[in-house]
Amino acid sequence: MPTVSVKRDLLFHALGRTYSDEEFDELCFEFGLELDEITSEKDIISREQGDTKAEGASDVILYKIDVPANRYDLLCLEGLVRGLQVFKEKYVLSPRYRRVSPTSGEPQRLVITEETAAVRPHAVAAVLRNITFTQERYDSFIELQEKLHQNVCRKRTLVAIGTHDLDTISGPFTYTAKPPDDIRFTPLNQAQEYTATELMNLYKTDSHLRHYLHIIEDKPVYPVIYDSNGIVLSMPPIINGDHSKISLNTKNVFIECTATDLTKAKIVLDMMVTMFCEYCEEPFTKETLSGDFINRKVGISESTERIAQLLTKMCLRSEVMSDGEQIEVEIPPTRSDVIHACDIMEDAAMAYGFNNIIRTTPRTYTVANQLPLNKLTELLRQDLAAAGFTEALTFALCSQEDIADKLLKNISDTRACHIANPKTAEFQVARTTLLPGLLKTLAANRKMPLPLRLFEISDVVLKDETKDVGAKNNRRLCAVYYNKSPGFEVIHGLMDRVMQLLEVKPGRDEGYHIQAAQDSSFFPGRCAEIFAHGKSIGRLGVLHPDVISRFELTMPCSALDIDIEPFL
Amino acid sequence: MDEAGCGGCQVISAEQRSSKHWELTGEGCEIAEQGSHEARVFSSIPDEGMPQGQLMKLAFGKVGFSKAMSNKWIRLDKGHEGGPRVFRTVENIEDSVRDKLLVVQKGQSSQLEEKEKSELKKRKLLSEVTVKSYWITKGSLFSTTITKQETELTPEMIASGSWKEKKFKPYNFEAMGVAPDCGHLHPLMKVRTQFRQIFLEMGFTEMPTNNFIESSFWNFDSLFQPQQHPARDQHDTFFLSDPAQAHEFPLDYLERVRKVHSEGGFGSQGYKYDWKIEEAQKNILRTHTTAVSARMLYKLAQKEKFTPVKYFSIDRVFRNETLDATHLAEFHQIEGVVADYGLTLGDLMGILHQFFTKLGITKLRFKPAYNPYTEPSMEVFSYHEGLKKWVEVGNSGVFRPEMLLPMGLPEGVTVIAWGLSLERPTMIKYGINNIRELVGHKVNLQMVYDSPVCRLDA
Repeated sequence: MPTVSVKRDLLFHALGRTYSDEEFDELCFEFGLELDEITSEKDIISREQGDTKAEGASDVILYKIDVPANRYDLLCLEGLVRGLQVFKEKYVLSPRYRRVSPTSGEPQRLVITEETAAVRPHAVAAVLRNITFTQERYDSFIELQEKLHQNVCRKRTLVAIGTHDLDTISGPFTYTAKPPDDIRFTPLNQAQEYTATELMNLYKTDSHLRHYLHIIEDKPVYPVIYDSNGIVLSMPPIINGDHSKISLNTKNVFIECTATDLTKAKIVLDMMVTMFCEYCEEPFTKETLSGDFINRKVGISESTERIAQLLTKMCLRSEVMSDGEQIEVEIPPTRSDVIHACDIMEDAAMAYGFNNIIRTTPRTYTVANQLPLNKLTELLRQDLAAAGFTEALTFALCSQEDIADKLLKNISDTRACHIANPKTAEFQVARTTLLPGLLKTLAANRKMPLPLRLFEISDVVLKDETKDVGAKNNRRLCAVYYNKSPGFEVIHGLMDRVMQLLEVKPGRDEGYHIQAAQDSSFFPGRCAEIFAHGKSIGRLGVLHPDVISRFELTMPCSALDIDIEPFL
Repeated sequence: MDEAGCGGCQVISAEQRSSKHWELTGEGCEIAEQGSHEARVFSSIPDEGMPQGQLMKLAFGKVGFSKAMSNKWIRLDKGHEGGPRVFRTVENIEDSVRDKLLVVQKGQSSQLEEKEKSELKKRKLLSEVTVKSYWITKGSLFSTTITKQETELTPEMIASGSWKEKKFKPYNFEAMGVAPDCGHLHPLMKVRTQFRQIFLEMGFTEMPTNNFIESSFWNFDSLFQPQQHPARDQHDTFFLSDPAQAHEFPLDYLERVRKVHSEGGFGSQGYKYDWKIEEAQKNILRTHTTAVSARMLYKLAQKEKFTPVKYFSIDRVFRNETLDATHLAEFHQIEGVVADYGLTLGDLMGILHQFFTKLGITKLRFKPAYNPYTEPSMEVFSYHEGLKKWVEVGNSGVFRPEMLLPMGLPEGVTVIAWGLSLERPTMIKYGINNIRELVGHKVNLQMVYDSPVCRLDA
């Protein structure tokens, strides 16, 4: 969820009144925002860098407000104020936007050449004319760009925004792509010219820009925008040219958005222009829906007129049509999140106030059923605890080492599912056995009085070609006994008890029996395979001393590991 | 502690008494017998004097010399030929130290003044001794015949009836009992059992969530979550390298999903982007159990006639997130889903009210929120009496038509859903601040042994 920080007093000034912190928090809550923190620049610096650095920093109160991830129109002071004003019914109607042509004739043009297809195929542009920047508006303009870059632009991968002082350049503009060594210009805030290749090297150490280099780094050609005199406006998505940079004195702003996603580029350009000017080309889209639809979905019964009022309160200018039932809703370009009638319905519900809706009980009649596998698991857990074993709860993800090396097994024999992007070794694979988790639990509790008896009934994950995703879960029961003597008879007794609980009698064919087996995790001659109804269901035995020491344990340990799914 | 210890046996009663008296130390005894060091120095010096070196060699020489000098009984002639020499200065002396010690030795220490006694104590010649004694009298149950008290009732006593004549040691009821030898259920699993119980009481059927590995298709695409959504990033989701791809999808449904994302339909404009099957095929560790809800709703839609359902699940989900005291890479998600004709937002809030009432939470309010697959979406807040503020307890919403209609569910069917984590209420319930103390192998087993039963509404 993006966070917008605004100066409190500036916000209240724009809203035309002041609020107590609690009142403002309440207003945010109703509108779907969250007043996350009340702070100041001084506070932030002193918290991050210490009190001494904070001296002299501004102590103007800042509100940090969490904005829902799809509401790009609330990412700056201007948008927030507009939204809240309309919500509080301070504006009779939400603002409307229209395009005008420049007084001096032809509109500006941006020509896109074919070469861009190889790297960044889309571009859209607009001009803001006769703008007056104050320091605050200028800061807000820059900050909105940054917020959009981080959110909807997906860190400039989908869209990158460039803004230029139109009076320093002349159209028509050309958006093209060239080999890096053929691009040469003075980048923003530098004194000399560089080739694109040199620039990429220069910015490798730049704490901010280095994060964007990967977007074009390995491409044969880099995107670039020229004016009619061959002046470089920008090399998106990395850096603008120094020549056309905007300042407080800029009167006319040329905005270009280059993109890999055209829809997103349009959204971003709309945000930039609607937040900062009165002129906009984008026409309104109109939706028609019935008042009854909203009443039915929300669970209220309001008149069609009242619903139209509610929607207008949410910046969706609405009118009841001549039949008295349908409502025509204008969707402004700032509301790119509205793509279905249900989005309009949500706004009506918000304007009505979620907490004013009467809570009702659905009449849906159903009979509850437990999942048989979970039902069996619940019953067995109770009885294992009654048998003196304590339940552990261990992670489903672990390292390769845990399920292979430490158990004296080969990773290729495990049928393990491997994770492509683990941040640490703890998340390399999904576990194929519950045993490592239990042994690690023992290791973390070596100070506890002996003997330790632990169990877990949970899922392991195994590769399985017959499943649509190529893997399946398997519900296992695992138990360990850790003491000064191995206690094979204890773990064997537990296995007998589990079979008794599952109504399987000792016996060769229809019953259960165990027979000696070879398993590298177990001490030679101290491992047996368990058969029930003639099928192998797991193993029990005394663990191999090397397994014990690899899990940083010091005492003998016996273990039981069975599949419980055959007993469903 | 043994509860059979002796409490108020009254054969005799004993009263403790203590008294103090003065005694000579070893050195004091020596002085009482042979005289003080200074007196012995004086008497060992002949009329013609004695070389100081020779005097110092005597056992009492050093201490006696300085005391006799300060008493002015002797003098030192440093300039004497043949080295410093000590002479008597008086004819007779009175050895008062010895006299006082003799008085104490006779048991008449009260004749001395306190100041004198403390001075002798300082010289380590006297010490004060405390004597503790018991004053014994007959007790209320005094008897001259000896009967042994029994500690415990035995089978023999019951058989012979001898217990009637026996005396039994009283128990110490202040002591703790012996802990029973038993196994214990894990606190998080105890809470899971209670949540299962609540859903079952409300008529919800359990979903099969035993599939940790899921395709991006069911986890994201089927939920109308666009392919560039940040949740689908490498740093939020665990992707699988083996098996890397899912290979089987219901193809007609997959095509409807592609279309609603890229072109719209079902009354939606869609997201208008180039939807790629390669993204949908990517296998991941499911990031929410809603992937299973999607599979279940799709399955429901394939039935000949729609029947209303209420589903729930509680199982593990995985996030490749930054870890801290309250976040792990895996946690348990609790989810409830209701599908029926004509459900309203008011119904969702009503059912949430009933659900949370069963958890002992009655004060709820709802905040508008954003979620790609529900519209409206609401965060659920409850008033926390301890913290005196509203805290988030769950998320809820109405599934978007773009998710339900491509599955083939009838137009008028609404599906409402909510979710919360299992760990958070458990941590609050059992007062645990660090999630690692609750989940995973670093758990403290003592905490597991000691955790009480779980009654969520108590």
